[in-house]
Amino acid sequence: MSEGAAAWLDFEKPIVDIEQKIATLESVQKKSGVDMSEEIAKLREECAQKKREVFAKLTAWQQVQLARHPFRPEATDYIPLIFEDFAELHGDKSFGDDKAITTGLCRIGGRRVMLVAHCKGKTTKERMARNFGSPHPEGHRKALEKMKLAEKFRLPVITLVNTPGAYPGIGAEERGQAAIIARNLFEMSRLKTPIISIVIGEGGSGGALGICIADRLSMLEHAYLSVISPEGCAAILWRDSAKAPLAAELLRLTAPDLLHLGVINEIILEPLGGAHRDTQAAANLLKAALVRYLEELEGERLERLLEKRYDKYRKIGVFLEEESAKLAVTDEAKARP
Amino acid sequence: MAFEKIKKILRRKKELPGGLWMKCPDCGNMIYKKDVENRKMVCPDCAYHFSIAPQERVDLMLDPGTWTRLWSNLAPVDALRFEGITSYRQKMAAAQKETGEKDAIWAGTGRIEGRPVVFGVTDSRFMMGSMGSVLGEGVTRMFEYGLQRRLPVLLISGSGGGARMYEGCLSLMQMAKTSAAIARFSDAGGLYISVLTNPTMAGVMASFASLGDVMIAEPKALIGFTGPRVIEQTIRQELPKGFQTSEFLLDHGFVDMVVPRERLRQEVARLLDYLG
Repeated sequence: MSEGAAAWLDFEKPIVDIEQKIATLESVQKKSGVDMSEEIAKLREECAQKKREVFAKLTAWQQVQLARHPFRPEATDYIPLIFEDFAELHGDKSFGDDKAITTGLCRIGGRRVMLVAHCKGKTTKERMARNFGSPHPEGHRKALEKMKLAEKFRLPVITLVNTPGAYPGIGAEERGQAAIIARNLFEMSRLKTPIISIVIGEGGSGGALGICIADRLSMLEHAYLSVISPEGCAAILWRDSAKAPLAAELLRLTAPDLLHLGVINEIILEPLGGAHRDTQAAANLLKAALVRYLEELEGERLERLLEKRYDKYRKIGVFLEEESAKLAVTDEAKARP
Repeated sequence: MAFEKIKKILRRKKELPGGLWMKCPDCGNMIYKKDVENRKMVCPDCAYHFSIAPQERVDLMLDPGTWTRLWSNLAPVDALRFEGITSYRQKMAAAQKETGEKDAIWAGTGRIEGRPVVFGVTDSRFMMGSMGSVLGEGVTRMFEYGLQRRLPVLLISGSGGGARMYEGCLSLMQMAKTSAAIARFSDAGGLYISVLTNPTMAGVMASFASLGDVMIAEPKALIGFTGPRVIEQTIRQELPKGFQTSEFLLDHGFVDMVVPRERLRQEVARLLDYLG
């Protein structure tokens, strides 16, 4: 946590303040030998209480801020804590090696799997190299290449989603950003091996969707998944991206919203205060869910698996099937208060 | 320069009354409306292709009297209770009033030179042709219907909006749903011809519009993933001329052919002959 105090979110500050008090007392106790355990215990209780208070009523925007938290663990943090013997495989075999997506073979709970994960990077230098987790077309193609390899050898695929979105740039358009995302959706919908996708941080629109067509799609508690960034939505609605917090409410992008809408299977809980408070605990919870999904899916016959995957996406959507094709003049807008 | 500008303004003033003339948004010339209409809404000076309504597409592409519209009873729902500066309900109602349509898709069956096809066209007048649950469901049903009856699918896309923001992730997931339906259709040997018109962007281009066995674009259409304004803001530089046009896509290998509107029907018929 080298980025300093500036990186803490406003609503985390009361918690951090208490934590600092605890740290001070602990160091004083250590140096002076005076017993302060009673005070410390009291502060610890106060801290836990504050956390529960703050995290019981998070707004959609606060969830987005947590998903983007500079301290939030990302794939490179989780890989050594969840998987064993990671053999990274680079490149899309036709243009380049997009570091915004990491792919490779590894083991989890005694099983061999193919891992596909967005990576944002931890240091400034690494973030530049990984383009802040925004893939170019070659990144999406690299993901598809490795998933096809997994299909050939019947290895389950695990994807960890954490991207602000597919990169908007000249090269990205020249190399067919839209076409390759479409290709991924097409291929993943019928990939002959189980696919598990977890949104661990940001789920930015088409860039997220490009690797999350899956038999199990779940979200960490403080992740988000959205059709457009709150800033983009605000710019369209109010011509003012500063209204992003309002847009975040409208878009229904939090894990509970998406569970309710039938888009995701499950919410994977994080330690109180968010995954960045205790990366090991977050990794344990994530690993437990992954192993459970693998167990559930490995018993499934392939045809049945693909049938269910199709049905899952086939069902998503809300519309009316009216008796008449004629347009009933809908002045609903007027009728509403 | 200034003189030229004044001359232009004077000319425009002289010619506008009567509604006989219109301005081409591409070359900027004043063009005679009748001329444009005779060319199926194409600028006679620069070949810019104006957007046309679904009925005009049907008339243009299908054998007379063969069109049967299906699933026109599908209507959108404000599942998210999206209440922004204008609510989804208001937006929806305004678009419905303006177009007389429930949503942004026409789908059904018809014949092209006697060959039966499943035919669909997205309506770019309805909330910029954006894909919500209705459009996603309509496209999905087209491919399921085509699979059942062993019919080729011709889908003409035009959408500046991509996935419809007002339906949140429900619309994002329509990208997955339509692509999955196309994969099934394709695995069963179905032929899908995708025609891209001005504009086809974002979530629509990043799903069903890109998945044709044969990809055709009308000339000079804006086609891509991210809108040009957003790209400019991100990279802080001006975009090259002709960026994200049909011709740009042809050069970069993402469409099979660029076909002017007046030859579109004939070209599709030929492809149906070869592949259908």
